Amino acid sequence: MADSASPSPVHRDTTEKLAQLKHLPPEGFLRTHVFSLDHKVIGKQYLDMALVAVIVGMVLSWLMRFHLGFPETPVPGLGTIAPSSGAGGVMTPELYLSLMTMHGTIMVFFVLTTAPFAGFGNFFLPIQVGAEDMAFPRFNMMSFWVTFVGFLVLLAAFLVPEGAPISGWTAYAPLSAVGKDAGPGLGLGQTLWAVSIALFCVGQLLGSLNFITTTLDLRTKGMSLARMPFSTWAWFITSIIGLIAFSVLLPACVLLFLDRVGGTSFFIPAGLVISDRLQPHSGGSPLLWQHLFWFFGHPEVYIAILPGFGIVSHVLPAFARKPVLGPRLLIGCMAAIGFLSYTVWGHHMFLSGMNPFSATLFSVPTLVITIPATIVVLLWIGTLYGARLRFTTAALFCIGFISVFVSGGISGFFLAQPSIDTYLHGTYFVVGHFHFVMGVAAMFGIFAGTYFWFPKMYGRMMNETLGKWHFVLTFIGVYCIFMPMHYLGLAGNVRRYSAFTDEYMKGSLPLHRFITYAALVTGAVQILFFINLFWSRFRGAVAPENPWEATTLEWSTSSPPPFDNFGTWHPVVYRGPDEYGVEGPSGDFRMQAVPDRGGKGAPA
Amino acid sequence: MSTANPVITSSPSRTGVWVGIAAITMSFAAFTSAMVVRQGAAPDWLHFRLPPLLYLNTVILLASSATLERCRRRAASGAGPAAAIPWLAASITLGLLFVVGQALAWRDLAAQGLYLATGPSSAFFYLLTAVHAIHLLGGVVALIYVWFRLVRTEANNVPSALGATVLYWHFVGVLWLYLLLILAIRL
Repeated sequence: MADSASPSPVHRDTTEKLAQLKHLPPEGFLRTHVFSLDHKVIGKQYLDMALVAVIVGMVLSWLMRFHLGFPETPVPGLGTIAPSSGAGGVMTPELYLSLMTMHGTIMVFFVLTTAPFAGFGNFFLPIQVGAEDMAFPRFNMMSFWVTFVGFLVLLAAFLVPEGAPISGWTAYAPLSAVGKDAGPGLGLGQTLWAVSIALFCVGQLLGSLNFITTTLDLRTKGMSLARMPFSTWAWFITSIIGLIAFSVLLPACVLLFLDRVGGTSFFIPAGLVISDRLQPHSGGSPLLWQHLFWFFGHPEVYIAILPGFGIVSHVLPAFARKPVLGPRLLIGCMAAIGFLSYTVWGHHMFLSGMNPFSATLFSVPTLVITIPATIVVLLWIGTLYGARLRFTTAALFCIGFISVFVSGGISGFFLAQPSIDTYLHGTYFVVGHFHFVMGVAAMFGIFAGTYFWFPKMYGRMMNETLGKWHFVLTFIGVYCIFMPMHYLGLAGNVRRYSAFTDEYMKGSLPLHRFITYAALVTGAVQILFFINLFWSRFRGAVAPENPWEATTLEWSTSSPPPFDNFGTWHPVVYRGPDEYGVEGPSGDFRMQAVPDRGGKGAPA
Repeated sequence: MSTANPVITSSPSRTGVWVGIAAITMSFAAFTSAMVVRQGAAPDWLHFRLPPLLYLNTVILLASSATLERCRRRAASGAGPAAAIPWLAASITLGLLFVVGQALAWRDLAAQGLYLATGPSSAFFYLLTAVHAIHLLGGVVALIYVWFRLVRTEANNVPSALGATVLYWHFVGVLWLYLLLILAIRL
């Protein structure tokens, strides 16, 4: 038997096979830039789509925040865009709900899943394991284009006559299932939502298939599982979670679609009267939708955040100049989180009429999952302890990630307990919680990944001064936005309402205004990021092969890498990914693909 | 030890099929649990007799698995692609025959007045058989692709896609046996 340090026959076979199948450079504009089979182009396409999606999602949040802070002040231009629901520039509650639905759907699916997982994962996973491409390049291309069509279908919901759906990103049945009687946007808009999410599932299943197979079968010589970088581990675990989660959401969307257009009654109970009309359905179970949705929905939280774990664990040691504390434990914790994520979905349903005994049953694993998450955080902090940190923008965003993840995670301890959740579940406490722990933390992971990998992806450096300003202002900004929401929630401020103008809620208005100001300013600060991104893409300083003195395989090839990643050279891996703070040939690090006696790995 | 049967080696396409099998199994587990929950949710579950044609279709599908296995062994034995292709053609034909048979079973059910929206039991019947047929047609497309590969490859060189597709085809057969079982028990 080959031990883990030397290449197994399977690896050698695969390498030889790859040498035979060595793909030719793409020809023509369409094959190079549009329907590309190259995982690097597909990764960039995912990231560009996420960039468009995040701008749309952010603008939606500004509109909502403006209305929450200034419920009676007209928004210039809103009356023109939405003549009926935004007449005179003041939005109706229904328009607010549709913005909320689209904000959540766009951000969770088309930003937090696509950018850190499908985007960076596509670009770097094959390079980090030393492969020339993904295992199934055609499936990979389909993965992006199906997802992209899903995005367009979702955006089309804005354009249909009754507008976008108002049922939230969770699309709770039966209101999401009965059709337009349930409100504006729940006609065609909600159908488009179901189709969009079903397409998204197909796209991500194809992506997960590629990630898993590539990790298992296309690793280069010497790249044992134990030597894989943490980011690869994170994408690998995430793709396993995604494979299971999207396999359940897809059938759920099919059932919802059939209830809406096929006249079935999977989720719609008998005798349901909506808008004074008896719905022609019988016997369905609204709770069934919630179970199917949250069986996907909770793992989805980890699909969004685990790639961030991977990025932080990958980036932090490169700037701390020392290896991560407890690498095996770190990977074990990520795997444990992945497994436990499938046992906790009921904690979203404490108030849904589930049996209270089930609530207790779901509460226990929810509290247990905080243990591996806490261990990971402690390992990062232990890594930072005593390090001579290089304060680059990427490193700052990693530290910011740890901060917001802890801040958001701590409120999770409270929400995990049904007795406390009963009070807090419908309030802004939950909004603050999940925006910190899932939204902002994942965004910080994306920022860290962007500042770290940009030189490799585009061959140019980003501007560090602009980057540091971006970090400082964003970091302060997100705390100003989401920290007060916890206090609002504790004070009983309900969520999902479009305005708090009633006498008994008026006291919360000043704080809401503060949050609105903070949201608008923090949003405006992102212009620094966009300027940096576009300016650096064309005018940034030319990046060397390994600007951060990092160790993994992506830094052993040119910036940007050639179409087949390593050219004629087949990388061979000699050690783990984390050899920092040691005596190496060119500094305090040893690269994975450089043998002990000089040279650049073995010849092809 | 791995040279005896060149089709059964670790290859990305084979791993990919196993991963796909995991995903499809999960999807049908979701459908099954939805069916169990829905049956318990309200007393409107309509019991009906499965169209007898389904059992003939089952025999046809099992026969296609047998012919495909034969095709794989012929290709692996070094007899060359020409020896394997008739068996491949037989499998594709039997597969398509199965889908036609399923469509006829649908007509049989519709003739009894049982449609998608009639009740939850008929809804699940149409849904599960349709989703299974889509997966089977995906297998047919893969088999046609394998056909092209077989024609193009030289003798003694078995395309790895063949082994992977055979594995998938057997899985779709086993999936059908499972669906037939739960439909027979539940409906």
